[in-house]
Amino acid sequence: MLDTSTLRADFPILARKENGHRLVYLDNAATTQKPRRVLEAIVHYYSSHNANVHRGAYTLAVEATEAYEAARTTVGRFVNAWAREGVVFTRGTTEAINLVAASWGRTNVQAGDTVVVTAMDHHSNIVPWQMLCQERQATLRMVEITEDGRVDLSDYGRALEAKPKLVAFPYVSNSLGTVNPAAQLTKLAHAAGAVVLVDGAQSTPHLRVDVQALDCDFYALSGHKMLAPMGSGALIAKPALLDAMPPYHGGGEMIERVWDDHSSWNTIPHKFEGGTPNVEAAVGLAAAIAYLEQIGMDRVAEHEQALAREAIERLSRIEGVTVYGPREHRAGVVPFTYGDIHPHDLATILDRDGVCIRAGHHCTQPLMRRLGVAATARASFYVYNDVDDIDALVGALRKAGELFTVPLP
Amino acid sequence: MSHLGDLYQQVILDHNRNPRNFRRLENANRTAEGNNPLCGDRINVYLDVDGDAIRDIGFVMPAGAGCAISKASASLMTEAVKGKTVAEAETLFQAVREMLGGGKNAPGKLAAFGGVRAFPSRIKCANLSWHALHAALQNSSEPVTTESARDF
Repeated sequence: MLDTSTLRADFPILARKENGHRLVYLDNAATTQKPRRVLEAIVHYYSSHNANVHRGAYTLAVEATEAYEAARTTVGRFVNAWAREGVVFTRGTTEAINLVAASWGRTNVQAGDTVVVTAMDHHSNIVPWQMLCQERQATLRMVEITEDGRVDLSDYGRALEAKPKLVAFPYVSNSLGTVNPAAQLTKLAHAAGAVVLVDGAQSTPHLRVDVQALDCDFYALSGHKMLAPMGSGALIAKPALLDAMPPYHGGGEMIERVWDDHSSWNTIPHKFEGGTPNVEAAVGLAAAIAYLEQIGMDRVAEHEQALAREAIERLSRIEGVTVYGPREHRAGVVPFTYGDIHPHDLATILDRDGVCIRAGHHCTQPLMRRLGVAATARASFYVYNDVDDIDALVGALRKAGELFTVPLP
Repeated sequence: MSHLGDLYQQVILDHNRNPRNFRRLENANRTAEGNNPLCGDRINVYLDVDGDAIRDIGFVMPAGAGCAISKASASLMTEAVKGKTVAEAETLFQAVREMLGGGKNAPGKLAAFGGVRAFPSRIKCANLSWHALHAALQNSSEPVTTESARDF
């Protein structure tokens, strides 16, 4: 396990009190806290290098451009991107997926075609494909999950028989914590002739990711779930695919030349970055990656998985608690219910003890329907969490049980 | 600091555990559906209104689709408006709205929800059923959502 006593000191927000208690932040699958190093990188950028990028001839503008493009290189290396030109900065995973659906999708998906997603996908990897399929009169096929929360490989095989144009799935499920066999799923989809998009929102912060080893075609990630600012993220793609795609947002920066009635496009990745980019977010993301690499992604994964195992074991010992998701191959996400106490009531009660958990459908309503629950409570871990946090979670849950004198399901 | 006991008062815990009028009215002549898209809570309110009088009222929440606050609020609401006139029910709706908006406590047992004011994230749980009731009394066919109010 990581030495959290030194790590925690890097996160200013963890020093605050919540209702008189130590802040126990267990909603990391929603967003993570930011280390001083990231906050300082943002302040330093604005204090020393701020200018608009890619156009200024003066020194300051050159420095801003260098900082922005250096961040692109850092992000690309972090996930072993195919090329730095294959790293498009976006507001996050949602925008990256919408970019692919709008640009690649509208070009390649026609009436009668099929797009495949899974029942454990986040709404951000479902709704853009629904919108595309409705517009194109194409079919959206949702692959079922097994009872223990994994992609049902036999149903996946059946879905691929339709020769889908694109297959999209999460590397790690935000609701269940399932780590999907992404390389295997990609290989099967490619064999069926599909292009593959991997939602990396929950994998990039928590695992060592190598997109070339996965061999997917598109990979989407969010910075704010990995210690970086909100509004940071990227689409990682095979450059040949990006080259062939039309632009997403029209505007400055993404053009080569503009005539009165038409335009020609800049090269990738700039073709997809219309408008002034969020340089602060890119710089912050690069600083977050440097912080994570200093710890080492293998150690990050090991730490969270150890915490998840401990939490699952401790929660399972409380009578009335049901933990969802697979027994193995799971990340630091622990979804559960407690008797018939509604997860929102749990979240309110835990908050009184400074324990922040998520309650609700976690932007995965199709999954919730399959689990047969309206909502779950979810604790999710990151580098600064430790066993004390699990103690606080379990202690607060016992109080909830007493308050509601929980009847067993 | 507000305490959990202010929010989860005994009357609320009781009505959560044993909700009153927790049934679909077969002879309802006014109905409304309420949704809280943020948390997935859903409620159906059924009314039997005779002229100006609320003869009967019931509500249903799908299993798991209602927290203690929203379920207890709906249950206490049905007790409060049963047998009242439409105008009296609307007055109570306004009183609850005023209370949850930071004003004075609503009358009778409804005052139990005054504690919700200290928990801003739970106010919509407490007023979901009342908005559904209001929509039913207005004969609105549109499902109400806690997000439908427009600010500014």
